[in-house]
Amino acid sequence: MINVSNFTKKERRAIPRQEMTERHPKQRAKYFDEVTLGYSLKEAQFEAARCIQCKDPACIKGCPVGIDIPGFLEMIVEHELNDAIDRVWESTALPAVCGRVCPQEMQCEQVCVVGLKKGNEPVGIGNLEMFIADWARAHGVKNKVEIPKKSGKKIAVIGSGPAGITVAGDLAKKGHDVTIFEAFHKAGGVLLYGIPEFRLAKDIVEYEIQQLQELGVKIEYNWVVGRTVDVDELLGEKGFDAVFIGVGAGLPNFLGIPGEDLNGVFSANEYLTRANLMRAFDFPKYDTPIIPGKNVAVLGAGNVAMDSARTALRLGAKSVKIVYRRTREESPSRHIELHHAEQEGVEFEFLTSPLEFIGASDGKLAGISCERMELGEPDESGRRRPIPIKNSQFFLDCDLAIISIGTQANPLLTNTTKGLELNEYGNIKTDLKTGKTSKEGVWAGGDIALGQATVILAMGTGRDAAKSIDEYLKTK
Amino acid sequence: MYKILRKEKMAHDSIVLNEIEAPQIAKKARPGQFVILRIDETGERIPLTMANVDKKKGTITIIYMIVGKSTRSFSMLEVGDAYKDCVGPLGEPTDIEKKGTVVCVGGGTGTAVLHPITRGMYEAGNNVITILGARSKDYLIMEKEMKKVSNELRICTDDGSKGRHGFVTDELREILESQKVDEVVAIGPVPMMKFVSLLTKEFDVKTTVSLNPIMIDGTGMCGGCRVTIGGKTKFACVDGPEFDGHQVDYDSLMRRLGAYKHEEEHSQECMFDEEIR
Repeated sequence: MINVSNFTKKERRAIPRQEMTERHPKQRAKYFDEVTLGYSLKEAQFEAARCIQCKDPACIKGCPVGIDIPGFLEMIVEHELNDAIDRVWESTALPAVCGRVCPQEMQCEQVCVVGLKKGNEPVGIGNLEMFIADWARAHGVKNKVEIPKKSGKKIAVIGSGPAGITVAGDLAKKGHDVTIFEAFHKAGGVLLYGIPEFRLAKDIVEYEIQQLQELGVKIEYNWVVGRTVDVDELLGEKGFDAVFIGVGAGLPNFLGIPGEDLNGVFSANEYLTRANLMRAFDFPKYDTPIIPGKNVAVLGAGNVAMDSARTALRLGAKSVKIVYRRTREESPSRHIELHHAEQEGVEFEFLTSPLEFIGASDGKLAGISCERMELGEPDESGRRRPIPIKNSQFFLDCDLAIISIGTQANPLLTNTTKGLELNEYGNIKTDLKTGKTSKEGVWAGGDIALGQATVILAMGTGRDAAKSIDEYLKTK
Repeated sequence: MYKILRKEKMAHDSIVLNEIEAPQIAKKARPGQFVILRIDETGERIPLTMANVDKKKGTITIIYMIVGKSTRSFSMLEVGDAYKDCVGPLGEPTDIEKKGTVVCVGGGTGTAVLHPITRGMYEAGNNVITILGARSKDYLIMEKEMKKVSNELRICTDDGSKGRHGFVTDELREILESQKVDEVVAIGPVPMMKFVSLLTKEFDVKTTVSLNPIMIDGTGMCGGCRVTIGGKTKFACVDGPEFDGHQVDYDSLMRRLGAYKHEEEHSQECMFDEEIR
């Protein structure tokens, strides 16, 4: 039997990048099952063996939470899988999630030395992170930590998304008494309501939450902080020593064009929440309905737009078009998401801008009046500004439109909390290193502090805040 | 879990009252605010404005009409049973202060929502005239409770079985023509709120209505509850549920409320099939 660990350096370098098995595009576009099937052990070992074990690994610096990538990769090669997952857990609480949804091509894999050589692909670090995390879950291997003596300190974590999960886990491991306050009836935040099943299976999220509870973290559901209770009450009568705010950026932007109130026009947040959290794809077993749509237009071309488009396909749409005013090159989505969408049959109307939603006589959406664009000089974002082409209006036939042009800070909590400084966009101002806010005993992280960012960056801010909170509690 | 402590049926069993144990919500709730209930793991999130709050007992009261699968399932819960989820209090509370003469107009189960607001207005020292409207006398709810918190109570029924034979707008017109009114609060079916608002506009009297569009999270996250107010998009869950009645686009609201008509029917049919089996 071939054993990769006996390979010479030269042999290792000759291994091509191992692509993960994926379900067939036309088949998977009908179901919500995960698209990627993961590596087999052999594939993982071959892929991990491509790492040349740099002396000064750029990939670690490229990782927002600084995972010892060469370290855990070599352990996979050596078939020391228990050690490999432990090494990963030293730096991240959610490897099964990050392996799937991190934009590795802009982080660790972008700077991977193997990939710098022309014609070479970087090591599949994300795929390997997913492999080792899935292996641990399948084998019941748990992140065994010795929890020190109870500190007697109480911390309230608001929101159970990536930032909140990280803070809660880190602080529980230090012996603190942590309670998460979640507004929804289920924990996971954007991992649950936002990212669809086919990209991140919900039992993975549930498993991570369960691990958190095994560490002693309590979760209070149906608590909207700012309404059910406010931050000062948590710090006062509820007896918490510190509060971490990780409520995300959940206020959807609309286009502000006529007809936006027509039936059949959704925000991506609503469409995805119906499908993911409320499981409307399983209607009428689940009571929440969704309009499946025959001809669907998705406005915007980021990751959330791709998720929306692919969800619409799976709900039975005949045609799904992404409408975007710039081109493929400017699309803020990950390459892999756009590629997967395209494989599954999503079409693209680039250089196209919506002007008005047009309704039929029954008040339902009939289509969108659009115009064509061309690219002019670069704007503030550095991307070339789209300019309308005269007399280029046309009618796009659709009965469902999903607006996916980003979100902003939700003011529900920040409006009801005194002494919390915000920036001009309504995000909470925090110290970059510690996540400390202007309010004594209050930290913030994730999208409510960063604006719209990624899962891994949210986790990074959670990690920093946990460190800072722990130090603060020692002085109290 | 949120236990039901009291259950009452009214209006030929078409309307149900539940008093629910929810101490933290009761503690914070103010008139005009709502909660979102979910019955079980497969249930949908249903927003309902609170009809009463007992801060001492730690309970909230909701009153709803049985209209679809979810409310029908709710109505099958008995005392001692529990809702799986109850979140709140959501929305902005009513602006309650001494204004002078306030006319409170309630239609159908809207009367339940109107009750805490009317009481607030009454306790703030306003001269409160309440008009309640219903199909017939059997469909009138909370008459006694409303009487307690009003200086004057008037009743209208569509069939004339009690009070005035006619609509609440007929009664309201009489009042507006005969005396100075400082504010009208109207809560009920959308057409009722629409016609009340059209009427008060003629008299240039400030009018507040409470809207109950379809929503999911109730915190501003989904935007499903968006309503058009004075040409601008607002979210009923965080900007409302109360709005200036003269600014509301009622036709758009009606349309949006009917968005899932087909699915709702299908859901109910499946429920009945299940029962037959």
